[in-house]
Amino acid sequence: MAKITLSKLQHSYYADPQEPKDYALKNINLDWDDGGAYALLGPSGCGKSTLLNIISGLLTPTHGQVLFDDKNVTQLTPAERNIAQVFQFPVIYDTMSVFDNLAFPLRNRGVKEKVLKARVHEIAKMLEITNLLKIRGSRLSPDNKQKVSMGRGLVREDVNIVMFDEPLTVIDPHLKWKLRSKLKELHQKVRATMIYVTHDQTEALTFADQVVVMQDGDIVQIGTPVELFERPAHTFVGHFIGSPGMNILPCEINNGAAFFNGKKIQLEGPIKPDIEGTAEIGIRPEFISLSKSGIEAKVRKVADVGRHKIVEAMLGDTRISVIVEGELPAQGSSVYLNFQPNQTRIYHDGWIASEQKR
Amino acid sequence: MKTINQKAWLFVIPVLLLVAFNALIPIMTVVNYSVQETFGNNLFFWQGLDWFEQLLNSERFYSALGRQFLFTGTILAIEIPLGVIIALAMPRKGFWVPVCLVLMALPMLIPWNVVGAMWNIFTLPDIGLLGYFINNVLGIEYNMTQSPVAAWVTIIAMDVWHWTSLVVLLSYAGLVSIPDAFYQAAKIDGASNFAIFRYIQLPKMKRVLTIAILLRFMDSFNIYTEPFVLTGGGPGNSTTLLSIDLVKIALGQFDLGPAAAMSLIYFAITLLVSWLFYTLMTKDDEPKRGDRI
Amino acid sequence: MIIELRNITKSVGANIHIKETNLVLKTGHFNVLLGATGAGKTSLIKLMAGLDKSTSGQILMDGKDVTKLSTQKRNISLVHQFFVNYSHMSVFENIASPLKVVGMAKSEIEDRVEEVAKILQLQDMLKRRPNELSGGQQQRVALARALAKESKAVFLDEPLANLDYKLREELRDRLPEFFADRGAVVVYATSEPEEALLLGGYTALMDDGRITQFGATSDIYHNPSNLMSARVFSNPPINVTHITKRGNQAQMGDQAQWKLEGDAAKLQDGNYTIAIRPNHISPVKTLDNFVAITGKVQITELSGSESSAHFLAGSNNWVSLASGVHSCEIGQNHQFYIDPSHCFYFDSNGKIVA
Repeated sequence: MAKITLSKLQHSYYADPQEPKDYALKNINLDWDDGGAYALLGPSGCGKSTLLNIISGLLTPTHGQVLFDDKNVTQLTPAERNIAQVFQFPVIYDTMSVFDNLAFPLRNRGVKEKVLKARVHEIAKMLEITNLLKIRGSRLSPDNKQKVSMGRGLVREDVNIVMFDEPLTVIDPHLKWKLRSKLKELHQKVRATMIYVTHDQTEALTFADQVVVMQDGDIVQIGTPVELFERPAHTFVGHFIGSPGMNILPCEINNGAAFFNGKKIQLEGPIKPDIEGTAEIGIRPEFISLSKSGIEAKVRKVADVGRHKIVEAMLGDTRISVIVEGELPAQGSSVYLNFQPNQTRIYHDGWIASEQKR
Repeated sequence: MKTINQKAWLFVIPVLLLVAFNALIPIMTVVNYSVQETFGNNLFFWQGLDWFEQLLNSERFYSALGRQFLFTGTILAIEIPLGVIIALAMPRKGFWVPVCLVLMALPMLIPWNVVGAMWNIFTLPDIGLLGYFINNVLGIEYNMTQSPVAAWVTIIAMDVWHWTSLVVLLSYAGLVSIPDAFYQAAKIDGASNFAIFRYIQLPKMKRVLTIAILLRFMDSFNIYTEPFVLTGGGPGNSTTLLSIDLVKIALGQFDLGPAAAMSLIYFAITLLVSWLFYTLMTKDDEPKRGDRI
Repeated sequence: MIIELRNITKSVGANIHIKETNLVLKTGHFNVLLGATGAGKTSLIKLMAGLDKSTSGQILMDGKDVTKLSTQKRNISLVHQFFVNYSHMSVFENIASPLKVVGMAKSEIEDRVEEVAKILQLQDMLKRRPNELSGGQQQRVALARALAKESKAVFLDEPLANLDYKLREELRDRLPEFFADRGAVVVYATSEPEEALLLGGYTALMDDGRITQFGATSDIYHNPSNLMSARVFSNPPINVTHITKRGNQAQMGDQAQWKLEGDAAKLQDGNYTIAIRPNHISPVKTLDNFVAITGKVQITELSGSESSAHFLAGSNNWVSLASGVHSCEIGQNHQFYIDPSHCFYFDSNGKIVA
């Protein structure tokens, strides 16, 4: 188990990169503590898989270093780095039994049969697959295959990091949830450093203590799930996390006050100095309520999504999503929106530009 | 609108006709011949199972059959591993992929009789490139019209040259279908190259290898043109394979009855061995969805 | 357009894929088939599309028996989970292909392709080949092809399953609008309860080759007619346990008891199965009538806006889901509160009684 440091990482798939857009990773600096649960979250093509492959050693970065416990491992092979990786599609050795599959990484490293046997049984018990140990790999269902893949990652006691590359893609939704909790539980038991790569916010937020949000080869924000949800540093994070995402509304900044549709809006705190003119208000649908007075808007669509209801209101061309509990307004009717001031923020050029009151 | 569309049957007719002409009628003709004796002039005499009995007691048949198995066994033992090795050595990506594929496919495009003639000339001790080289440069006596060993070596070399490509191409197709994740996982698991071959590549190639072995078995077991052109079954009877012997009986001696009986037994053996192969190779294939745990 | 299934069954050998099914699907809204993998959604779609023959029963389209009619003659579109596009054709040609087949005039084809490309925001990509596009764009091309063809029935079999989360959200939001005025019956298969709710319309819940309930989506979410339907239409899984009713009291093992009200109070005394959605079990007591239950916390998950906790109470595993941030110590006992006004009561056959 190890602390991971990524220092000035850049990577390009071109032999001779020129412009910034030739780089899949632009400039990544990160410090990850030993034993933490981390997630890399972003849409496809944001560079998260590239980053993962650089950490595991399947790719060598164009520039920069990967350090494990302050030791430079940039040039080491995956096997030398002592890491484990679980892939998107379950990788299983078809002709081997589940037991042999789990034992494989240990046998390759010359672990004694007796020690190996105990360890395999221990891991199988954790994953609740003890009853499958004698079965051939090819006979397993996708979720059990993925469990075995995970098991192979966890079976070595000396691994520095366990990495998961969208491991729940092929799993049925009702089983996803089970495997996710299993993973969480395993992390709490084995306390290895774990990195989870995904485009699914639910998976990232539920698994990780710290989530790294990526876009276009750059890190946009690093934070706990609550931080990312409540106070996104960038409109991209606000949009990407949450369902529906954060409402981003055009506004005017005048003398340190924000005006939306001509009305002054109460904010979480002061706007950063020197910001004038056009900017954006960011507020989550969860923090808007309907009442008798406030900002008037027309209801375009309403949806009952079970646990709560979503109202989509239009103010001119601006679409505002509101999550409501209780009675739904009729489609086409007028509603009055109230923004919860301490959750209303200003974004300028995409980045947060208001400060929280202390 | 409750009509059952009978027109569908019309579409099956071509296939039925094809099968009839292609398989059923010839086989029935052979079956017909195999139980009769003819002296020409379209005169036939009922013979019962005599020809079969005679054949199964003849030493000539068993030695030809033995040679046939020896030939097929040898070429399979060479072509399958060699094909797999070449496929493993071929590049998976980049410029050289199409070049390699075309080079590999070339021998297969040459007609059988041409291959036989080519190798015949190629190995002549006086003017053939290979024959001259072995005799005069290496100083090894090599003349397949005189030495049975040389004849055997030549027909095997020829078949390996002609058909290893098929195994290569099939194995290659199996190899490129393996997702990168498998190799990456194996690297991370610390697997050796042999372990990667044994536990990832070989299992994933199994299906195509089954097909390759079947095709090569059937083809080589029924091989006729190339060895016939190359050695004519000689020297002596040393390379008279079952098929060559069959033609000798049927056309050379015009013994249609025994030849027909022999064809049927020949056919039965090919079918039986192919079936055995197939069943053994596919017995623990991937289960259907419902059987998964 | 109306699609009607009458006593449809499908079995292959000894395996029954679809048990006797009756269903009437109409136009004007989405018809969602919701169920886990293997529940029979795809089998049912294949039967309706004519890609498979039913073992018995009839399929009617607009009252006409089409059971024996081939797929080509049914005038339908189908979009798969795995985007199927012709890789040797441009995006334009891909979208135009079904129109060419029916022999539409060239200028008309161009107009139509342009129109659907605009709806699906593919205008800039018409000249490109599908393999130059991202997964989401490719799936939009497949959808555009289904849209361009004025089919009477459109079958979408988990069309968004392989797409990125945010893209899925966007398309899910817009799909009902695309098909709104087409006059086609739209059937949409999914395994995610949330997706069904977001699409609205009508939903058929499926389990083990059977339709357990069919009705307006939010209606059947709030009023399951049987235990299986409640299970199918809940993610995370619904909490199921047993109670004994005596007088107007409900007794749940020795863990909790509460006063029954409404229909539940009028039930005969006896044993009942109850189901409570995770969002009606809260880590905080927000209302006075909430019933406390103590559980040992096993796992907690925090997704920014919601917190969920899995806990063990009695011999049952429970899940609670609440908005906001609530932390509980793992391995510790914690109080959770059931909202008794949102319990479903089922009899021993799994039929809803209150």
